[in-house]
Amino acid sequence: MATPKPTQAALRDPAWLPRLAWIVLGLVLLWPLLQATEFRPWVLLQPDNLRVSAHFLGSFMPPVVEAEFLVMVARETWRTVAIATAGMALALLLAVPLALASTRVLSISALSGRMARAPFWLRQLLRWLLILLRSVPELVWALLFVRVVGLGPTAGVLAIALTYAGMLGKVYAEILESGDTHASQTLLRNGSSRLQAFFYALLPGNAGELSSYTVYRWECAIRSSVVLGFVGAGGLGQQLIVSMRMFEGGEVATMLIVFVLLVALADRVSAALRRAIA
Amino acid sequence: MRIELVTAAARYPDARAELPQALRPLNLHLAAGEQVAVIGPSGAGKTTLLALLACALRPYAGTLWLDGLQPWQLPRRALQRLRGRLLLVPQVPPLPPRQRVVAAVLAARLPTMGLLHSLATLLHPRDLQPVHDALARFDLADKLFERVDQLSGGERQRVALTRTLLAPASLWLIDEPLSALDPTRARQALATLVGGARERGVTLVATLHQVDMALAHFPRIIGLRDGDLAFDLPAAQVGPERLARLYAQHEHELLGAAHAHPAEPLRAAPTLAQRC
Repeated sequence: MATPKPTQAALRDPAWLPRLAWIVLGLVLLWPLLQATEFRPWVLLQPDNLRVSAHFLGSFMPPVVEAEFLVMVARETWRTVAIATAGMALALLLAVPLALASTRVLSISALSGRMARAPFWLRQLLRWLLILLRSVPELVWALLFVRVVGLGPTAGVLAIALTYAGMLGKVYAEILESGDTHASQTLLRNGSSRLQAFFYALLPGNAGELSSYTVYRWECAIRSSVVLGFVGAGGLGQQLIVSMRMFEGGEVATMLIVFVLLVALADRVSAALRRAIA
Repeated sequence: MRIELVTAAARYPDARAELPQALRPLNLHLAAGEQVAVIGPSGAGKTTLLALLACALRPYAGTLWLDGLQPWQLPRRALQRLRGRLLLVPQVPPLPPRQRVVAAVLAARLPTMGLLHSLATLLHPRDLQPVHDALARFDLADKLFERVDQLSGGERQRVALTRTLLAPASLWLIDEPLSALDPTRARQALATLVGGARERGVTLVATLHQVDMALAHFPRIIGLRDGDLAFDLPAAQVGPERLARLYAQHEHELLGAAHAHPAEPLRAAPTLAQRC
């Protein structure tokens, strides 16, 4: 028996109209934002501005490759990597306990229904602490620490540690919550402690995501340690801003090339690590 | 472990209010060392009963006693310690994919290990003879250092079952232990579980879909249907009529019950099955 022919109405996709409405709404909201930011990209293509850009970029050529300068760049690059790595290490010291304490999946009271009130508010409080840590930009932390501990890498390390602790803690907690929690819930239900459940179930389940996010953040930390150098927190950034102020385009170009190589290296490390853990 | 359920009912905390209770008020008494199979069609409340006994789900009404204690009256720390004395093995093997079999099995001992000891065990597992022997009883001895995600579904289920033999538990609650196993392995696994529980004097409650296996291996059978206790009888008294009534409208789930009593073939089920 043939099925009756469906009417036109039955074949109309019920999701289409809402979808269209959301797209239109998105575009309507985007317009005032573009107005508010005075977004006028065609200004870039005006002849005067093109000349300025061309002159600026032209001054980058050729990159400086004198031995003495390269040695200095190498030393400052090393310092930049050191700032980023030390900052990340400190951030991890702060972020890992905060993530473990604030993640819902390690709650024992939530095993049977709703989380008890005290642990719920403790977790909420820690979440707010994480928000506070990361909502202050690392540049502001750096300016603060430059005042306190003086110019130099220490300020950069502390600034990265605080901001990145906030970011890492939040994202770690969310990675743990979004993954499969069957194994950890079973261990908790069988009487193991929260940390045991973390090491025996959550960590092996999420090691790939956690480490690849950590390496990505390390790459971000290298980039932001350059920016922190602009306000006197040492490293490649401090040299970069000096060369820019002196209109030494060649030096800027060399340092930018080094910079690209650094980020590419971080990318390779991250890929290798993911392969090793997968 | 001694179990007593007194008019205990269960309802999942996130279930809609108009839905019936997952388990209606139920009385149950299990002596220490007793072995019970829970059977019944899908959705009968078998898994809910295990969750209730495992202190994973708080009774909605009524009381649960374990060894004379009311778990839900205990402070949270003591409840967690009590949970360390029982072992719930869920139907889906709770094994993280990147873990090695040795760690997955040793996880059973966590309740009696301190944090440092458990970390050291993760780094450098020692004293592996008992782990090897336990795996061997499930025919997995050669998988000791394999990664869990390289095992087949049936092997993973047997790894999860191996935890029972190492856990410091006096109550085993095992949900559908045979769902991914072929008949030979299923018989072997069930014999190992029942034998292991008897050697240790552990109370064993297992839910089973294989009615013939339940009747062959367990002295006592509990039948659940639609959240109600249908019967609670010695295996010898569970006849085909009872099974047919328990599985009415779910005949396709009545696996192999015909083999259980070769002398008295199941009359009701086959005719009903033809209607499906």
